[in-house]
Amino acid sequence: MFASCADPSSLEGLAWLACYLTNGKHLLFYGSFGTVLLLLAVTAPVSLAFGFAGAMASRSRFLPLAWAGKIYTSVVRGVPDIVFFLFFVIALDQGIEWLRHQALCPGWTEPVRQGSDFIVCPEAKMPLSTAPQTVHEIYNFSLAVVTFAIVFGAFAANVLYGAMNAVPRAQLETAHAYGMNDRQTFWRILVPQMWVYALPGLGNLWMILIKATPLLFLLGVRDIVYWARELGGSKTAIYAYPHPDWRLYYFLFLLVFYLAFTRVSEIVFERLSRKLSHGQATAAGEAQRRQA
Amino acid sequence: MKRLILSTAALALTTGFAMAQDVVRMGTEGAYPPYNFINDSGEVDGFEREVGDELCKRAELTCEWVTNDWDSIIPNLTSGNYDTIIAGMSITDERDQVIDFTQPYFPPDPSIYVAASEDVDLEGGVVAAQTGTIQASHVASTGATLVEFATPDETVAAVRNGEVDAALADKGFLLPIANAESDLYVVSDDVYLGDGIGVGVRESDAELKEKLDAAITSMKEDGSLNTLIEKWFEGMKGPY
Repeated sequence: MFASCADPSSLEGLAWLACYLTNGKHLLFYGSFGTVLLLLAVTAPVSLAFGFAGAMASRSRFLPLAWAGKIYTSVVRGVPDIVFFLFFVIALDQGIEWLRHQALCPGWTEPVRQGSDFIVCPEAKMPLSTAPQTVHEIYNFSLAVVTFAIVFGAFAANVLYGAMNAVPRAQLETAHAYGMNDRQTFWRILVPQMWVYALPGLGNLWMILIKATPLLFLLGVRDIVYWARELGGSKTAIYAYPHPDWRLYYFLFLLVFYLAFTRVSEIVFERLSRKLSHGQATAAGEAQRRQA
Repeated sequence: MKRLILSTAALALTTGFAMAQDVVRMGTEGAYPPYNFINDSGEVDGFEREVGDELCKRAELTCEWVTNDWDSIIPNLTSGNYDTIIAGMSITDERDQVIDFTQPYFPPDPSIYVAASEDVDLEGGVVAAQTGTIQASHVASTGATLVEFATPDETVAAVRNGEVDAALADKGFLLPIANAESDLYVVSDDVYLGDGIGVGVRESDAELKEKLDAAITSMKEDGSLNTLIEKWFEGMKGPY
């Protein structure tokens, strides 16, 4: 990065360290923090949406929909994450390519499955093999978001389903007595009150999601844990900056990052919970009323 | 007029194919120096990077390098996320059932055991190897207790902190480490495993395999492959 870094073997002490910490590989490491934060920022709302849809489906009076919701939550929660990330993603990718294959290459006669190989016409490749590497990375990242959303959506659906059932029955009956229909009762009475019951469960899920990002490397997205392991591993003289096994320091750095991040999340959740309890018929809401 | 449309369509089709075929995505692990590793500027580097680039030049292909986790490197090849595996992968019968290999561009892998002391029991002790490698299956067949790690680097770390008695890995990878560190010893002669290292391609990709085979042959004939092997593997004579 700096001009003085051209020949690392001649450097010593702090100058060496400054060059080492700003080489291309470290810049990628710093960038991967952005990747992880972006993933969390996108995945959290999407999985919440999945969870909400799942919980609504499970509560539905229309039986097939209720079954669909319940099957989704129980099957996905039961499958180990790593299986999901190894096989589901490949299946999803192949499914997309198969659909494109059907649409784009009607004249293709060779079978798509040949032994263990999966072959679609070149135009159906997703993304096209001619696309630049960044497009491939964005595509992999999107696959990761979808997979994370499906997995965590199932857990969120279960939390929200429980929260919806925890809202006192009397509230709903009163709403009906005032002449609200089912839809109005759901959106005006049930949904605003359920969040305070859902919050502890959703908080837990968020904490688990923060720590689940190393699964990203299975999809070819290089996250902070991948880079820490790669950078920290002992480097022989083949590298420009040889050093012994420094993984301990890199992982300590990650530990600090994760602890700080989870601490900030905790504070945010605490505030949110205080805000949501305001005016609620719960013990916390009651305590706030007495204090005021 | 009709003919004109037809021939333009044919032209568009062929150029489309040519374009799509020309980029070959090279899958590697990026964690196995000197075969392949991520260098300090974050790019794939090493013996296989140079061999791969030269092969692509000779076969007139445009190549792009991709890294992938070792555990899922074969499934991602067969499902078409990249077109070759060039990651120090030895040719074995087990793998040959799922994918195809070109002729070897590196001789049967000499592997060595490295340990923290000079008197260890390699047959009855605890030995580390990377998951899903020929070394791992070799350790399992010797009667020693096998401990598997996701990366080769972790096998060395396990030796050093006493978790295992010894580690088995490619000589090209272990020897520089054992030479650089005073607390690690080479405790065996060369163990030859597998049928050499080849480029892995999908079984249905006969055309690409042929092109790469031809390019490897030409590199063997003019001695450039030997030069690369001697450059990256200290003290090794080019065998071709």
